Amino acid sequence: MPKTPGLAENAVGRLVPAEINGREAVPYKGVAKHRPTGNKAAPKIATCADYPDDGNKVVSDIKAALLKAGIRDGMTVSTHHHLRNGDYVANAVFAAAAEIGVKDLMWFPSASFPIHKPIIEHMKNGVVHHIEGSMNGPLGEFTSRGGMKGMGVLRSHGGRYQAVQDGEVHIDIAVIAAPEADPFGNANGVNGPAACGLLGFALADSQYADKVIVATDNLIPFPCIPWQIQGNYVDIVTTMDCIGDPTKIVSGTTEITKSPDRLRIAEMTARFVRDAGIMKDGFSFQAGAGGTALSFAIYLADMMKEAGVKARFVRGGSNKYLVEMLEQGLTDYILDGQTFDLDGVRSMRENPRHVNTSPFTSYSYHGKGNFASMVDVTVLGATEVDVHFNANVVTHSDGKLLHGIGGWQNCLFAGCTILPIPSFRDRIPVLVDEVTTLCGPGELIDVIVTERGIAINPLRQDLLKAVAGSKLPIRSIEEIKAEVEDICGGAPAKPKFGERVVAAVKWVDGTVIDSVRQLAG
Amino acid sequence: MNPVGQAGRKGEQVRSDCWISVELRDGGGVSIDLVSKVESMYGASIRDAVGKGVAALGVSHAKVEVNDSGALPFVLMARLEAAVRRARPDLKAELLPEMKPWATVGTTRDRFRRSRLYLPGNEPKFMVNAGLHGPDGVILDLEDSVAPTEKDAARLLVRNALRTIDFGRAERMVRINQIPAGLDDLDWIVPHNVHVVLIPKCESDDQVEAVDERIEKIRKAKGVKTPVYLMPIVESALGCIKAYKIAKASENVVALTIGLEDYTADIGTQRTNDGRESFWARSQVVNAARAAGVQPIDTVFADVVDMAALFASVQEAKALGFDGKGCIHPRQIEVIHRGFTPTDAEIEKARKIVIAFDEAQKKGLSVVSLGSKMIDPPVVKRAQRTIELAIAAGVLAADWREGGGGNA
Repeated sequence: MPKTPGLAENAVGRLVPAEINGREAVPYKGVAKHRPTGNKAAPKIATCADYPDDGNKVVSDIKAALLKAGIRDGMTVSTHHHLRNGDYVANAVFAAAAEIGVKDLMWFPSASFPIHKPIIEHMKNGVVHHIEGSMNGPLGEFTSRGGMKGMGVLRSHGGRYQAVQDGEVHIDIAVIAAPEADPFGNANGVNGPAACGLLGFALADSQYADKVIVATDNLIPFPCIPWQIQGNYVDIVTTMDCIGDPTKIVSGTTEITKSPDRLRIAEMTARFVRDAGIMKDGFSFQAGAGGTALSFAIYLADMMKEAGVKARFVRGGSNKYLVEMLEQGLTDYILDGQTFDLDGVRSMRENPRHVNTSPFTSYSYHGKGNFASMVDVTVLGATEVDVHFNANVVTHSDGKLLHGIGGWQNCLFAGCTILPIPSFRDRIPVLVDEVTTLCGPGELIDVIVTERGIAINPLRQDLLKAVAGSKLPIRSIEEIKAEVEDICGGAPAKPKFGERVVAAVKWVDGTVIDSVRQLAG
Repeated sequence: MNPVGQAGRKGEQVRSDCWISVELRDGGGVSIDLVSKVESMYGASIRDAVGKGVAALGVSHAKVEVNDSGALPFVLMARLEAAVRRARPDLKAELLPEMKPWATVGTTRDRFRRSRLYLPGNEPKFMVNAGLHGPDGVILDLEDSVAPTEKDAARLLVRNALRTIDFGRAERMVRINQIPAGLDDLDWIVPHNVHVVLIPKCESDDQVEAVDERIEKIRKAKGVKTPVYLMPIVESALGCIKAYKIAKASENVVALTIGLEDYTADIGTQRTNDGRESFWARSQVVNAARAAGVQPIDTVFADVVDMAALFASVQEAKALGFDGKGCIHPRQIEVIHRGFTPTDAEIEKARKIVIAFDEAQKKGLSVVSLGSKMIDPPVVKRAQRTIELAIAAGVLAADWREGGGGNA
């Protein structure tokens, strides 16, 4: 078993590793305190003479592509999650790597899903050393139990871009799943049997990786239009029978929650946005996937219609309901990070006001500004929130690592951040004394909407004033927590952890905000 | 073989419930095997509660297995008691959770009963937050929503819910089983501050009397001070024919309601959206209730998606003379309340009448008149009710006399 590296206390009082997989790590210093200097990382100089004049970069299969890219032990290999739980590409890449016989690869996905469970075998047999990305579901459980050799690193979508841009992570080989591509490597996600919308999560990799492979099941003659990924960055193109399962990439139907409590929470969230005066002409909002966020958007759209209010832009994950808002003129634009259903894909393909974005435009710490902080109100989830408004999105209250950060941390910079969450799930309190893993500092989290009332962060006196006199059930977070503990039969015991840090949680600037310990027993 | 009792549910789909097996033994003390979704948070607390629970039920030697899917303490205790009771049917002791302060609230005879939300009596996950949605009443159902084999377990769960859950301003109702079987249900709920007992498939005043007598007996035995009101549900041709007698059968009857699914089957037809087949029955219930001086309450609206149809149905019910409607999804509550909210014109008329009445009272006049018209007492009473409803619905200020400025 690897040794636990030395720990340091960071600005939010969490003990974090001072060293991660052999590299020095900077403990979290506070919001906007870390200011790296110097130049950004740069890819190797390429020479067009080294590539075929006819633009044909196609090789027979993934294995051939990896061999041509020069795969060897210890390399960093990246994939992306635009095919979500339908992705066949990441598994195919590591199966091929195993066949080739390379060891100790670092997998650098933009996110993982339960479909990536086979990677556990590759970690057991030494093909994969560790993961820096998200460790969802079975991979999270495996990591929490101490199964991974190296230390996992969890980054936000923006944090992933930051790490690539400032050289914290160097990608040796990027494999980009492409629903449509041409032999030159131009690629998009709007056409083809595995159409998923956009390929923004792969943008950094295409620009910064040493070798870029595009894998498609829909190879068309040059030119592939639109080229969301530019072939000029691409080394190798290869084909697969099928890059993903369309039924799991986009569901085709978007489930609205039927849970009365969640509907109540969604409606209260929309009423808050209205009554606090945030919902006004020219405003903007972002709401994620998930039943509560979907229902929030539906309630808000109704309130916007009633009040005759129009948004300037909304940020996706787009879905049928955001597309309806665009088509009904309730918003001028959708600035989309990913598409969650077929209506989203269609709209992106056909509507010039439905625009694809990337983690660079939206989230990157090393951009000269980004979109996320320009959004008036963002609606996000959480597994736990504590009385200081700190929130957790990666572990559950039992200490198990189960989710990635996604764009969550980046979105906290919106003008108003609202977490609509149930105050407890079954017998699991969501409001707690202290979050198990601190992913977002309370100073950036403004409002908690639960089925039992709305708690506003005391730092936001402006919001408290704005809703004073409204019919909204405004309560203190402590009061709601006490009620929940009474229902659940007392405060929950804390999970028992071992000493070893199995994963580090990065803040948007690359510093370490918390660590995840191995579960005891 | 040792007696074994099992209760509750387990499996992937189960939430907020647990499965408990109790095997009674002759020696060896109590062993507890626990598998729980919330082991790290409440494992110790669950073992402690189970250990104390079996001891309180007089069990010294047993093998207890618990498979927990996040059951809250009141559920865990109900399932444990059900399992022990199934292993030892003659058990006298009860495992009562502490009566919470909010569970001791009272009710009044004439309160609003615009909406009543049905909650399946053996399904814990919908109970805890039901009151948050603001229904005028919650109905913990022991009848049709509970499988015949689970009636005993549901009684315990409903009893524990009555003792522990904060239903807010909602009136605490229980629908018992059909009489005579339903009479035994009363033993488990009357001592625990149930406000209203719903008597399903009621067909005679005798049934109401039987319920009333049994309640009286339990109240005396258990020292229950507060009244337990009754709401008979007529669901058959015979029930409709006898509606007035049923409504008059006891002074504890506060409302009369109708169940149309069974009724339409009984008269040999089917429910239609139009509702022509049930017009007579609904009017009969309204008239029987009004004649008996109790509230007429309409049937349940079963479509939980179509809110426009619900609203239309509420307006129709209001037009027929009903004071309330049943619902099965919390989202229906607000629509029902909106439907029963008096219109501006109704409020305006009521204000004038109430003010005229107040002035007549002040002057010591026995006759109330508005302009050149005499106002009869039932009209005054109706107007006062309209004002109360308008205040409850938040469309009229409570101090409307001062703030609202009299005759507009």
